[in-house]
Amino acid sequence: MDLRDAYFVDGCRTWFGKSRPDGQFWSTRADDMVTKVLYELQKRNPTVPWGEVDDCIWGATTQSGDQGTTMGRAVVFTAGLPDTVPGFSVDRMCAGGMTCQAFGASFIKSGSADMIIAGGVEHMAHHPMGAGADPNPRIVTEKMVAPKYFNMGNTAEKLHDWMPEHGEQPVTKEEADEYSYHVLERYFKALDAGYYDKHCVDMTVFSPNGWIVANKDEQAKRGTTLESIKNLRRFPFKAEGHVTPANASGLNDGACVSLLMSGQKCKELGIKPKMKFVGASFIGVDPTVMGWGPVPSTEKVLKRFGMKFEDLDIIELNEAFAVQAVGFMKHFGMKFPEDPRLNPYGGTIAMGHPLASSGVRLSMQLAQDFEMNPKAKYGLTTMCVGLGMGGSIIWENVVGKF
Amino acid sequence: MAKYITECKLNYFNSKKAGKIAIVTMDNGQLYNIPNTWGTEALESLNKVLDTVEKDPDVKGWFMTGKPFIFNVGADIMSANPNASREEALQIGLVGHKAFKRIMDLKIPTMAAINGATMGGGCEVGLYHNYRTISKSPGGCDHYALPECFLGLVPGWGGTQLVTKLAGPQAAIDLIIMNPLNMNKMINSIKAYEMGLADFLLPPGDFTGASLEIFEKIITGEIKVDRKKVDPKMSDDLYNNTKFQIMGRVHSGAKAPYVALDLIKGAAGWSWDEGFLKESEALADAILSDQFKCGLYSFDLTQRRAKKLPGRPPREVKGNKINKIGVIGAGLMASQMALIFARRFQVPVLMKDIKQEFVDKGLAYCRDQLGKDAKKGKMSAADAKWYGEDLIKGTVTYDGFEDCDFVIEGVFEEMGIKQKIFGELEAVCKPECLFLTNTSSLDVLEMGKNLKDPGRVVGFHFFNPIAMLPLVEIIKTEKTTDVTLATAFDIAKKIKKTPVLVKNASGFLVNRILLAWNDGIFKCIDEGADFMQVDNAIHDLGYPMSPFTLAGLVGPAIALHVQETLNKSWPDRFPVSQGLKNLVAKGKKQLLVFTDKGVDIDPEIKAGWPQGNKKFTDDEIREVVLSRVAVEIRHILDEGVVASPKDVDTGVIMGAGWPFFMGGITPYLDYKGISEKATGKKFHPDGFLKFD
Repeated sequence: MDLRDAYFVDGCRTWFGKSRPDGQFWSTRADDMVTKVLYELQKRNPTVPWGEVDDCIWGATTQSGDQGTTMGRAVVFTAGLPDTVPGFSVDRMCAGGMTCQAFGASFIKSGSADMIIAGGVEHMAHHPMGAGADPNPRIVTEKMVAPKYFNMGNTAEKLHDWMPEHGEQPVTKEEADEYSYHVLERYFKALDAGYYDKHCVDMTVFSPNGWIVANKDEQAKRGTTLESIKNLRRFPFKAEGHVTPANASGLNDGACVSLLMSGQKCKELGIKPKMKFVGASFIGVDPTVMGWGPVPSTEKVLKRFGMKFEDLDIIELNEAFAVQAVGFMKHFGMKFPEDPRLNPYGGTIAMGHPLASSGVRLSMQLAQDFEMNPKAKYGLTTMCVGLGMGGSIIWENVVGKF
Repeated sequence: MAKYITECKLNYFNSKKAGKIAIVTMDNGQLYNIPNTWGTEALESLNKVLDTVEKDPDVKGWFMTGKPFIFNVGADIMSANPNASREEALQIGLVGHKAFKRIMDLKIPTMAAINGATMGGGCEVGLYHNYRTISKSPGGCDHYALPECFLGLVPGWGGTQLVTKLAGPQAAIDLIIMNPLNMNKMINSIKAYEMGLADFLLPPGDFTGASLEIFEKIITGEIKVDRKKVDPKMSDDLYNNTKFQIMGRVHSGAKAPYVALDLIKGAAGWSWDEGFLKESEALADAILSDQFKCGLYSFDLTQRRAKKLPGRPPREVKGNKINKIGVIGAGLMASQMALIFARRFQVPVLMKDIKQEFVDKGLAYCRDQLGKDAKKGKMSAADAKWYGEDLIKGTVTYDGFEDCDFVIEGVFEEMGIKQKIFGELEAVCKPECLFLTNTSSLDVLEMGKNLKDPGRVVGFHFFNPIAMLPLVEIIKTEKTTDVTLATAFDIAKKIKKTPVLVKNASGFLVNRILLAWNDGIFKCIDEGADFMQVDNAIHDLGYPMSPFTLAGLVGPAIALHVQETLNKSWPDRFPVSQGLKNLVAKGKKQLLVFTDKGVDIDPEIKAGWPQGNKKFTDDEIREVVLSRVAVEIRHILDEGVVASPKDVDTGVIMGAGWPFFMGGITPYLDYKGISEKATGKKFHPDGFLKFD
């Protein structure tokens, strides 16, 4: 074991709710959801000396209300962590949680920390996208970004047109629909096999109708057929466009957490980590085609760490929109509509996308994928980010190595 | 009150382990500040949920809890009708017993997750379940109580039977009798758990989820609940001791605690149905009793009416901001005032006296009190030091008074001295600074007559000991401005005292009534009644302390001084008692002495008291004394000293220890027929159960 390397030890999440008044988390505070997954993380890892955690870092796009009060620190109290644990919050929109992991792991590798809690949360019902934001008017008046591209759906619509104009293969609505259908199919197959029970935690929550148990990803609709996806002609962003609710992620509430640890500390505690953090890259792209981000960020991280795309055995990609996933597949020559390497147990289009939390979800699924596929050596978590960014982390499978 | 109906809301949780669990949430749709209660509609909704669950063979468990922070605080007492028919009153108990018993009779395991405040019928419904979790204090269930006896009722939905059989007779006595009689003390979840009223004490974070998880494991058999077996039988010793203790508290003034004791004692020998029926009967009697009417009256008076600050000028009149406080005098009363102001306002308090040694003594008293509180864990040592050394400062000059926002004087009761002090203050204080006087007997208008602005003067009369007695009389003169008065009310509120607005008249309100008591008592003794007979007859009304014990506490010299003041205003009604004069002259500080045979009147006092030969029965003594008091209250109201009989009652309950359960003195005098007989009319001609 490399003592100064950073390892992914464990992760868990709430099930994801729909961000609506009838959604399961409507009356639940975001920081209570964070508290719940922190409780669960502590319960699952009883040998960890929690007071020695070097930082508790949380991604949240909106950092006010129930996601405010420097949440990374405030949840130390609500989750019963010892006072010695410091904390802070991070905003890189969708990649908030992923950024916490990248910087937490780097903090460990530099020798500044041994244990980091890295998580992400978004309660999109309490914090609708862009609510309370006040973008600098210069961005619009000086035509840096046309206002409509502050809306992510419009960037997905544009991506359909942009790819062929930029030497990439085109992606049609039909392909996006077909891709989405297979995601849902894989999701339910995995769900029924108990795949999600391994890292999703039931949460008893208060609702306007009394206490209920939030024990499902509410967005995923069982029995969805390819026909029904294709026939959905509701285009929320562009009339007669490409993007429909069926081939996009939704508005969701959820919290995800992970525990990162140095090799030194794993050895000391006798903990068997699941993945080694190899490296991370973030990159900016044209903000009007935000969904393209994962392509250049993945190329960047591969190059930086001297690897080729073919070295990656499993990829957990956040499908904010099907078009960007299909574009990613086509760019890297993956098999359409399904490639066994990509999102093997379903993806965001099925379970939803509570912005800053999703990057952490990708990592906990990748860790589980590694456990199920001992031959897999390297994996990737990657996602696109608002205002035109991409983020990618390469992880190495260390299941059974220690 | 019953504006927000609590509904029992049913949800199902399909547990992978344990199968289908019915989750029943009590919820009135409001935030925690409007708690869940039981009423007719709420019980109906519970019955409806039970109908559904009973019929569903797939349901494997019943799990009941409350909306966040609140379990259920029981029946809404303000909606109970003391003028109901006996049959209606009986139904109240029967309906609740019947609904709750259905939970007990369910064929599936049942769990109550007591997530927050619970009282009365809330505690009771929890007790019908097979298992209970309770959310740990602080922040979880911080209030657990069966307060019925406090109001003159008995727990009527199973409390006396269930607590006894679950936790034993001693626990039942503590919870159902002694706590309510002890200023309605409530316990928290930790204590409730220790008493055996819950099986699991869980942290408040994710309490409902953790409870549900335990319940799943109970259903599957992974967790077995081992409960300590208790013997529900009450020993004769316990019964007699408890009865003796109740007598010590309420004498024959209240019936409910005695009835509750018998119900608890009976529990061991009764089946559930027998016990519940006895309870329903007892509850019906209690609802129709005078005592409950009185309890309701007092409850409204102290819990609702007093909080609205009757007498304060309208809200538009803003009180002054208080950033610094002056206290003139450093004696016991002044020191107590300095303490309470420093602690509640957390601003500098400057205490002035004429000699450094007096100041030092006052400061030492404050620091000593604070040190004791720190030792008891009521505050940190650092805070005690902060209050005692940084906030409260002593002085013998007026330096530092220039920026005080109000100054209160607590020096010896002499008009000339007080006028001189106010004059000196006027020279140094800023014009907005208010002058408060803690006088108990002097004319407040007279005290400020030499000032350029007598509108800044207001009476602010505390009761000794300040920390114990919640009343403050605010005395308005015809010159007192609205801002001064509003500020005085705000000060009272800030220091958590109950203010009552009183006109500037001799003896103000409470002392005048107390002195009327004394006058009645002395009249009986003067005419020949036995000292101890009088003391006991009056004590038996339900007072926590006998009149002679109280007189010892107040000090006979002070009693005489007030009597002399009142005598100047109303020589006919307040003759100066020769007996009292004699005993003060002898330097007596107490009236009672301990002898071989128990407590008795000090023989020297008896010897120095001129007495006639008339003999009295206990009832006659009470009638003489109460009639005298009724006459005085009539005068007080006719003179407009206070605005309403309710102010009189607030005064005697909060400032003179009149028993809460007796519902204030004016209703008592009404329904005993004394007010009509002594003054020709009732204080509440339309009945006293009319709430604003």
